[in-house]
Amino acid sequence: MTQQTPVTGDQPAPGELVRRPHLQNFIDWSADKPEVLVLTADLTNSCEVGPWRDTYPERYFSMGMAEQNMMGFAAGLAREGFEPWLHTFAVFLYRRPLDQLLMSVAYPALPVRLIGFLPGVTTPGGVTHQAIDDLAVLRSVPNLTILSTGDATEVESVLDVIHEQPGPVYVRMLRGEMPRLFPQSEPFALSRARELGPDHSAYGSDHVLVLTEGICTEEAMRALPAVRERGVEVRHLHISTLKPFDDPAVLDALAAAGGGVITMENHLRTGGLGSAVAEVMADAGIGNRLVRLGLDDTYAHGASQGHLLAEYGLDAAALVRAVEGLVGQDLAITSEDLTELRVADVHSSAKAEAL
Amino acid sequence: MEPDLDRMAEIAQGIRRRVLEHTVKNNGGYMSQACSAAELLAACYGGAIRLAEVEAPYEPPPFTQVPAPGLDPISGAVVHGPASPGADRFIISPAHYALVVYAALIETGRLAEHALEQFNADGSTVEMIGAEHSPGFETTTGSLSQALSQAGGIALARKLKGDTGRTWVFLSDGEFQEGQTWEAVQALAHHHVSGVRVIVDVNQAQCDGPMEDVMRIEPVADRLRAFGASVDVVDGHDLTALTQAMDRESDKPHFVLAYTDPARGLPLLEERRPVLHYLRFTSEDERAKYADAYAELAGRSL
Repeated sequence: MTQQTPVTGDQPAPGELVRRPHLQNFIDWSADKPEVLVLTADLTNSCEVGPWRDTYPERYFSMGMAEQNMMGFAAGLAREGFEPWLHTFAVFLYRRPLDQLLMSVAYPALPVRLIGFLPGVTTPGGVTHQAIDDLAVLRSVPNLTILSTGDATEVESVLDVIHEQPGPVYVRMLRGEMPRLFPQSEPFALSRARELGPDHSAYGSDHVLVLTEGICTEEAMRALPAVRERGVEVRHLHISTLKPFDDPAVLDALAAAGGGVITMENHLRTGGLGSAVAEVMADAGIGNRLVRLGLDDTYAHGASQGHLLAEYGLDAAALVRAVEGLVGQDLAITSEDLTELRVADVHSSAKAEAL
Repeated sequence: MEPDLDRMAEIAQGIRRRVLEHTVKNNGGYMSQACSAAELLAACYGGAIRLAEVEAPYEPPPFTQVPAPGLDPISGAVVHGPASPGADRFIISPAHYALVVYAALIETGRLAEHALEQFNADGSTVEMIGAEHSPGFETTTGSLSQALSQAGGIALARKLKGDTGRTWVFLSDGEFQEGQTWEAVQALAHHHVSGVRVIVDVNQAQCDGPMEDVMRIEPVADRLRAFGASVDVVDGHDLTALTQAMDRESDKPHFVLAYTDPARGLPLLEERRPVLHYLRFTSEDERAKYADAYAELAGRSL
């Protein structure tokens, strides 16, 4: 079952921006969970857990710039009944300590929580800080659940989903200033795609399906109203569970979209959402066309999120072009037709530092 | 309680004898590790580590499945007796010492006498490179240098819970070549995780040959002290020195560097130098020589 976003009700205010939703939410959420520990690797404030440390100093452990050892300590703590939450930049959770993640944490299926910040091109920190391959690498790790947050509501409500998992969880976590795209009454749900946009029940068999994750969802929400205004039937699903990738509603949607499928992800075209979709389509014998938007066998570089999304074809305009390609017509959509872009300041005070 | 050194010496000889028997019968085995670590593991399982008692020798079950979320996995730690706040824990880091560990467990009545018949057999938990379902193993550490960090987490958790039992790690000296080992030592010292005690088989031999040629790690004791650990350096075949060093009180993570001889008790192995990592016979003649050595050691032939 997908979640149907109600047309009326507690919709977020258009353009609502939330500052550091994780920071206080995680403190409040942890209050009645003494088993929850936080381990960091010299990025405590950068990952919005400085005040958490000050609130629960006896449950906070700085592990220094030593992620391999941090992974092992987390495994040992988890074996003894604690629930370690590792807060660092995503790249430092799966590149350097991959063997430790595989052998110390994932093989024994321990409840270690890997909170990975700066997914994809959400940082101007350049190649060393951009987790553009995390989904590709981690989808190949058995026992690991992989989640991705797309807005403030998901950042706030993903904690309960993570906490319920008996095994290890990796989440692409947004930080700083972010939009609230989804109603707070509709929290993050495991393996449930989020149905966005208008009612699709009357769509014809040649409608197009767009699947997005993370910050690309907002880009799609900017682009698709204009596309629909041109008469193109486009259904939009936001994907927040990458592994397991077994939502039956997604499979149904893929099969029903005779006009083709577009995936758009803040990640390489290889190994992420687009690959997961291609795999389930092939497994199920779904012969629809599939267009995968993502970084195409390239590293990124240091620049603003908006610049990088445009450069690598991951923004609203790129999605319009992809839809045009599938339907075979120029929709004559200009940048003025796109829903107004919210401009988050790269050096926003909501971020802990300039990275 | 005073350690029973005579009993430990018997266990050590039993380890060498069982591993040699297995090696001759199966045309291969981790023989040098048995020779170097016999007294170390004899001390560990012979009383220097305060492990809980077991009711009966463990019958290793067949392998069923790898761990998965929500499953209650098989744990090789059952041979160490039930976990409790006061009992010591014992974690083996160099998982390729498994054959030697199994022999030690059999010698001390914690593992069934015939368990080595299942060694490296398909469908068995008595694996060649021990994983956490293998007798004596609590963690999966075949990718070396990961155990000390895991033990650090376990010991930190036990400290938070107020456990009095210590958390021991058996380490091989080659693991000091891995950066993670040093990361672990600095974290143990920084967080005052003094419940961790480490016994190191410094046999100075690794896969490719003598560590001095492959990658020097000395001066290990000085390096460890500089990282914030306390260190005792002993002759790893001297049970008196070994048990005293293991018993030393310390408010720091404590390391016992036990310098050992990988051919100890089996002079024939000297012919194999410089590469001692794994013994597989190159001829029937060689195998016969080891069978003779076994007869001499055991007082009976195979």
